[in-house]
Amino acid sequence: MTLYAFYFLTFLAIISALLVVFSKNPVYSILYLVITFFAIAGHYVLLSAQFLAAVHVIVYAGAIMVLFLYVLMMLNLNKEDEPHKPTLVKFAAVLAAGILLVVLIGSLKGASVIQQKTGPEIGLVKNLGKVLFKDFLFPFEISSILLLAAMVGVVMIGKDEPKSKTESE
Amino acid sequence: MKIPIEFYIWLSTVLFSIGVLGVMFRRNAIIIFACIELMLNAVNLLMVAFSSYLNDAHGQVFVFFIMAVAAAEVAVGLAILVMMYRNTKSIDINILNRLKG
Repeated sequence: MTLYAFYFLTFLAIISALLVVFSKNPVYSILYLVITFFAIAGHYVLLSAQFLAAVHVIVYAGAIMVLFLYVLMMLNLNKEDEPHKPTLVKFAAVLAAGILLVVLIGSLKGASVIQQKTGPEIGLVKNLGKVLFKDFLFPFEISSILLLAAMVGVVMIGKDEPKSKTESE
Repeated sequence: MKIPIEFYIWLSTVLFSIGVLGVMFRRNAIIIFACIELMLNAVNLLMVAFSSYLNDAHGQVFVFFIMAVAAAEVAVGLAILVMMYRNTKSIDINILNRLKG
């Protein structure tokens, strides 16, 4: 049963990831990316990382994808006539990515299998919260500073330039 | 747990390669950002898989931090894209070749 769920989620993730790259309309690409993220959240549940699955759905499917779609629709880019690379470059891109895939799989194929360990549930909020606020307290605070800096930077980048400066360019 | 770890390694390798393919294949800058997110998620999936197999919570905390960094990165990147669109009326990355020295 678990194996069938794994195969289904894997199929869904890979097919929708391919459709992200190959669909013509950017809005469809982003919507397929949402499907990929939900499939990855399903994988997290299968790996018994329930807290991360919830956070993944909230952060990625809830926040980041809304941001993507918002920018796409604000810039009015949901057209299908965007410029494409020449066929030769596309062929080279597919070839290079295929070679990367073959090399990665070939190098990982002979790796020795790790011994699986069992123990108490680690993916729940109780255990993760203890680890996060005991061992990783300082990085946690640093990441809050990172988010604050990103917020200030976005406001600085996104605000309108003064008119005189744009006219002089 | 019945699923072998190799399946997760191969799945995240394939997802990472699809992300690399998307970055090289498309000219739309927003889709390139989406493919970078795909690569980050492939790495996250592998880290959660190993954390679950070794029964070590540190890997999942790392994924948590990667999500925070990805959120900040997407916000800044999309702001830069909006800025670029305001200046050039396009988000085609080939326009950015004026950045060359």
